[in-house]
Amino acid sequence: MTAALALENITCTFISRGDRSQRYTAMRDTTLMVAAGEFVSVVGPTGCGKSTLLNVAAGLLAPSSGSVRVFGELLNGINTRAGYLFQSEALMPWRNTLDNVTAGLEFRGVPLEEARVRANDWLRRVGLTGFGHRYPHQLSGGQRKRVSLAQTLIMDPQIILMDEPFSALDVQTRQLMENELLELWQADRKSVVFITHDLEEAIALSDRVVVLAAGPETHPIGDYRIDLPRPRDVSEIRMTPRFIELHSQIWHAMKDEVLKGYVQQQQK
Amino acid sequence: MSSNNKNSRGIWSRMAPRQGNLRAWQVLLLVLAFVLWHVFTSPTLLPPIYFDDNNKAAFFFGEPLTVMSRLWVWFAGGEIYQHLWITLVETMLAFFIGTVSGVIIGLWLALSPMASAICEPYIKAMNAMPRVILAPIFFVWFGLGISSKVALGVTLVFFIVFFNVYQGVKEVSPVVLANARMLGASQRQLLRYVYLPSAMSWVFASLHNAVGLAFVGAVVGEYLGSAAGVGYLIHQAEGVFDINTVFAGILLLTAFALVLDWIVSFAEKRLMVWQPKNSETERI
Repeated sequence: MTAALALENITCTFISRGDRSQRYTAMRDTTLMVAAGEFVSVVGPTGCGKSTLLNVAAGLLAPSSGSVRVFGELLNGINTRAGYLFQSEALMPWRNTLDNVTAGLEFRGVPLEEARVRANDWLRRVGLTGFGHRYPHQLSGGQRKRVSLAQTLIMDPQIILMDEPFSALDVQTRQLMENELLELWQADRKSVVFITHDLEEAIALSDRVVVLAAGPETHPIGDYRIDLPRPRDVSEIRMTPRFIELHSQIWHAMKDEVLKGYVQQQQK
Repeated sequence: MSSNNKNSRGIWSRMAPRQGNLRAWQVLLLVLAFVLWHVFTSPTLLPPIYFDDNNKAAFFFGEPLTVMSRLWVWFAGGEIYQHLWITLVETMLAFFIGTVSGVIIGLWLALSPMASAICEPYIKAMNAMPRVILAPIFFVWFGLGISSKVALGVTLVFFIVFFNVYQGVKEVSPVVLANARMLGASQRQLLRYVYLPSAMSWVFASLHNAVGLAFVGAVVGEYLGSAAGVGYLIHQAEGVFDINTVFAGILLLTAFALVLDWIVSFAEKRLMVWQPKNSETERI
């Protein structure tokens, strides 16, 4: 079976625009396979290049070397079979909630009437019925994330890329959103690549956790299968012995890298 | 606070400037300015303070009552409409042409890095140039009619709008842009759905300046050479030292610039509903 998303030997080197001798290799020889319907989390210390990995998978960033395959096809340009949930605010502030959700369908040429009906259905599924006329600045951080989720999922992408989507939320909202995400994902299984620096979140949500080394030249240093039963409740699963066992196992492997990353941050 | 206490605080506390009676205070300030103007320029009210002659203050600074009566005569006699119409047409044309060309060229240069890199030094030079100097050239090119004034106004308006659109496009959030691309927007759709709306808030900020500059272009153009318009009237009056008519012209132009600015604000309010506004909590 071909993988839904295959990153093969990806290397990303950035060259400073002003001074071409200034180079920074964010990622070296990274290979990552995501099967259809699989939920994979990528964890790693801050600043290690997790977002670089995701941008390469999305086609927003061309790798210096290596290739990306989407369902076996070589990726060239934007990955049209993927949806991307960004870490920071990505909604168009001049469009209200409903128009933000319909945006992707409009780009695709779906008639506005039909797009609105589908968008309203998605607003209901993310719990925002009646918020269609509000503008992004009139919503709370959690509500904006829900709109982003609806905006991405309405396109029915086969692969969902998430870049620390819940990191800006408070703990309670975050757990609610994580459960909702799992519920939506359970309904029709997409492939998910979920970037986070929070190991607990990664284990609670995923089928597999991939650990990245501290940057520069980051690469995977561990790949752990999470055999916790589904459906899960993210706040309850954290109490189970198997969760704690997995957590200590992965944390043990991560600890040195996190320390390295921390020292690098201090030196900057 | 009890109502009894409120009453006992006297008339001043009720009159004190606050949000509610702001308009009244603004009007009061205007009236006060006119009264002072009248008192200091009237030949008979005060003995001369600075000038050696009673009539000199009025000669240099005009008299508000005469200025008002001049305005009245203009409007009642109908003489002004023709001149005002010409000035307004020049202003509106300069404003419209300058804004549209500023938006189009601003978008184009902001979205094609090579073209903007090539043009950059010349755009900087043209912006740095005191463009009112171009008036004589425009007179030669377009004659003494409306078009030379419009051309002058356009050169003033264009750069303001152009730089704001350029900046507005450069400041588009890269995340919003990447998100739209991931949602499948084509280049053309990015322009229409992302770049243009994002630049609009900058455009509107610039339009307030642009209205004023369109007036400057029209009036300065008329002042330098024309046969009609409010600038022409002011120039004629100045030629015979009729300072009251000059002041009447200035007041008239100020009023109309305010009206145009108000129209821009109105359009801004209608089109920019998505922008967050500062709100304060209501005190109960």
